[in-house]
Amino acid sequence: MSDSIRAICMPKWGLSMKEGTVAAWLMDVGDEISSGDEVMDVETEKISSAVEVSESGILRRLVAEEGQILSVGALLGVLANADVSDADIDAFVTEFQANYVPPADDEEDEGAATETVEVGGRAIRYLLRGEGGVPVILVHGFGGDLNNWLFNHEALAAKRAVYALDLPGHGVSAKDVGGGSVADLAVIVHDFMAALSIETAHMVGHSLGGAISLKLALDHPDNVASLTLIGSAGLGSEIDGDYLAGFVSAERRKDLKPHVEKLFSDPALVTRQLINDLLAFKRIDGVQASLEAINAAFAPGGNQALVLRDKIGDLTVPVMAIWGAGDQIVPASHAEGLPDNVRVEMMAGQGHMVQMEAASEVNRLIDELIG
Amino acid sequence: MARNITYQQAIGEALAQEMERDETVIVMGEDVAGGAGAPGEDDAWGGVLGVTKGLYGKFGDRVMDTPITESAFIGAAVGAATAGLRPVAELMFIDFMGVCFDQIFNQAAKFRYMFGGKAETPVVIRTMYGAGFRAAAQHSQCLYPIFTHIPGLKVVTPSTPYDAKGLLIQAIRDNDPVIFCEHKALYTIEGDVPEEAYTIPFGEANVTREGDDISIVTLGRMVHVAEEAATALAKDGINCEIVDLRTTSPMDTDTIIESVENTGRLVVLDEANPRCSIATDVSAMVCQEAFGALKAPIRMVTAPHVPVPFADNLEDSYIPDAAQVQQAVLTVMGKNG
Amino acid sequence: MQLSKDELLRAYRMMKTIREFEERLHVEFATGEIPGFVHLYAGEEASATGFCMHLDERDKIASNHRGHGHSIGKGCDVDAMMAEIYGKATGLCSGKGGSMHIADLSKGMMGANGIVGGGPPLVCGAGLAAKKLKTGGVAIAFFGDGASNQGTTMESLNLASVWNLPCIFVVENNGYAEATSSKYSVSCDDAADRASAFNMPGVVVDGHDFFAVYEAAGEAVRRAREDSAPTLIEVKINRYYGHFEGDAQTYRGKDEVKNIRATKDCLDKFRAKVTSAKLLENSDLDAIDADIAEIIDNAVDRAKAAPKPPVAELLTDVYISY
Repeated sequence: MSDSIRAICMPKWGLSMKEGTVAAWLMDVGDEISSGDEVMDVETEKISSAVEVSESGILRRLVAEEGQILSVGALLGVLANADVSDADIDAFVTEFQANYVPPADDEEDEGAATETVEVGGRAIRYLLRGEGGVPVILVHGFGGDLNNWLFNHEALAAKRAVYALDLPGHGVSAKDVGGGSVADLAVIVHDFMAALSIETAHMVGHSLGGAISLKLALDHPDNVASLTLIGSAGLGSEIDGDYLAGFVSAERRKDLKPHVEKLFSDPALVTRQLINDLLAFKRIDGVQASLEAINAAFAPGGNQALVLRDKIGDLTVPVMAIWGAGDQIVPASHAEGLPDNVRVEMMAGQGHMVQMEAASEVNRLIDELIG
Repeated sequence: MARNITYQQAIGEALAQEMERDETVIVMGEDVAGGAGAPGEDDAWGGVLGVTKGLYGKFGDRVMDTPITESAFIGAAVGAATAGLRPVAELMFIDFMGVCFDQIFNQAAKFRYMFGGKAETPVVIRTMYGAGFRAAAQHSQCLYPIFTHIPGLKVVTPSTPYDAKGLLIQAIRDNDPVIFCEHKALYTIEGDVPEEAYTIPFGEANVTREGDDISIVTLGRMVHVAEEAATALAKDGINCEIVDLRTTSPMDTDTIIESVENTGRLVVLDEANPRCSIATDVSAMVCQEAFGALKAPIRMVTAPHVPVPFADNLEDSYIPDAAQVQQAVLTVMGKNG
Repeated sequence: MQLSKDELLRAYRMMKTIREFEERLHVEFATGEIPGFVHLYAGEEASATGFCMHLDERDKIASNHRGHGHSIGKGCDVDAMMAEIYGKATGLCSGKGGSMHIADLSKGMMGANGIVGGGPPLVCGAGLAAKKLKTGGVAIAFFGDGASNQGTTMESLNLASVWNLPCIFVVENNGYAEATSSKYSVSCDDAADRASAFNMPGVVVDGHDFFAVYEAAGEAVRRAREDSAPTLIEVKINRYYGHFEGDAQTYRGKDEVKNIRATKDCLDKFRAKVTSAKLLENSDLDAIDADIAEIIDNAVDRAKAAPKPPVAELLTDVYISY
């Protein structure tokens, strides 16, 4: 009986998230929910986003109230088929609440869980979740860090080991980026794999991270089991050079905000905290120089220096390109007309940060590709 | 990467990292090491509240204990700054500014201007301020308004460990004279602070809490008092926006105006005495620049126009608290009969 | 005294430049064209010169309100100084400092100072910097009998002593602090008596005798440079003019200045000594006199003709960046 009743719970977005505020219900009792639907807006310290449901059913009960602050894992609502009785749903809720224990405060946090590895004299920070299988390596984009995979890391780690690293010049990794080109960075990521004795991995790269992953796959096909490119660089020369230059040069919130808003399909996701975190990152010693070096090598004059479009057909492993149709940074047209070995998933209404804004769907697609 | 350290440790770390990076950075002050010339241990104090502990061990004679002669050693720090060093001098208590104020406001502050744009005086004067320690009238004042008044000085008042480290590194790298004010009651608070060196620009306020109903502009320890008041007010459905000035000179007037234009209401919270304070400064500026946005008169919450008393109940009464802030907010919101 | 002919000429030129500069200012100030206050150094030239002859680009000095002599001694540009005193854009401080704040940090002149006793702490700092940066430089604070009582001065003597700073503290005791006699305000017979209280040598020297000053200064500079140790030197001296221009000097004796000029003038004494010892000819010195007269003339003409600073300069250079 209880198999057909499913709990919708407060998700855990990133390791440091302990609780979220219920901003608004997006669906109502009686609505039919399909997998991937957004049912609720939730705000946390770090980000505002929507809870996506990965199953289908009727939304039968709204347990959480708007404005309520709930811990990770707390019950938000209940999904079930139309034929399940209210009494059964009551019982389910009562049992859940009786057994629910909010996560303890001393649970490992981000700081404890990330690790550092020496790669050619550079300290590279990474986060490993999950275990076993052929590992996945998540490679973020320009100006980002391993937290860009906030909504993907745990989900993908359910079935195998998943690594997310901070590229040099980013996050907490060393600020020395060497030449700073896609090729240079691909060498470092490859050395990262070697340093951790990772023979073969599923590469998942976003934006600049996509170009890096693609270059790595082409140079070291034996080390790559599959390639997922999300809003990726490397498939055409066009890129929003103004965005890159603006991101690099902005020193104040007012200057940075309009550029960061371009990344998302919903600019409301660009909270003050997000901008503050980006500014705090840019103000760390060495970061400015790193970003300038990478930008100069990656996209001089606002055009991508390394275009691998004509080589992507050479790959023999599974390849997928996921793109937001409304990507303002790397045009969605780069995902069109690719050779047949590339599976293309174009997502209408999505922007450059599709791995965050349509996380459920992206996770599902990656799971499907890598099996 | 979450790494919690105290405000005090953040300041010590900023000093150590900058001294490591730039050998012209020196530290001087009374008992910044402690034990000079005495038979006991070196670095006996590391500063009266331990902020500079450990620096002497790392940097030896770049950390200099001074005789109790503020006008000489603050003046020496100023003179040395014009001659190629980057001194970080400690004026132990801001209340002691009286014995060395000339060196700060008539010399350091004015060289650049008086000498026709040719002088560079990269001196930082770190100093402790604020009440709450029962240290009484001559060791508890908030005198940053007086420094703020002087053209040629920059004045910094961090409220968190993250801000303290970034702003101190910025101060040391800044080529103008900077008065870096540390609230003594904040030394033990903890916060997330990156291990790497980083800066925070001056003249950038931090909106520590967003809200649409009313703006509370404040600084230093009072940011935490504002937070306490805002949390309580939120339960009654009043959403406060808190603007932490971080630096009073330069001051981020844009962020203040932007906030008031959004909320239409303003409470200014300042631990300093009320006459010619940051509270009056911000209030007058907002009246002049954003009068049309105001839905109600501004209210200032400050200490009274009295010296800081000794008796603990009197001192507690002296320091503005969350209850007073809440009352002021309710008044501005029109909810106080 | 073993000065070469070149050095003697240099010393004379320095003293004469100061004298001409100050005497000319005395005349020009009376026309009302010069704004604010000037405090003239005429009569005291041997002090500034005796010390500055020993200094080079490593060394720094700080002066007081009576700072023109020290500025010239340290090599500040005479034209730019005159223009500064006239408040013109071509002034050494772009017209924004005036007589009391003349400075040229590129020449190691840390500024005249409007605050009595303002210099000594700054000079401790310059000495500290020289020591830490190992430049081999020394730092000299020039101040008066009035400032010798100031707390800042006492503290600086103590600090220079406990920190072993390469500093020289020069009390130019001209007998008057503004209108009050040093006999009244200074608690000891000689300001230099205080040196032992601060564990440093105290030297008294006749400020009308260039060679005496030069010798005492030389030893103090050597002590600072080689031993990194401070000295207090009291130069007994006289000023020809008032505390400030416009000061009627009613506190001085009748004919006091007239007698000093007649019997103790440092330029006269220098000339007498070098010519009688056949070290220089009168004609050598006269040539310098003529040259300097022209230099000062030109300086005044240029200063008068120069523009005032543009009004926009009111708001500039408060900070390096803000």
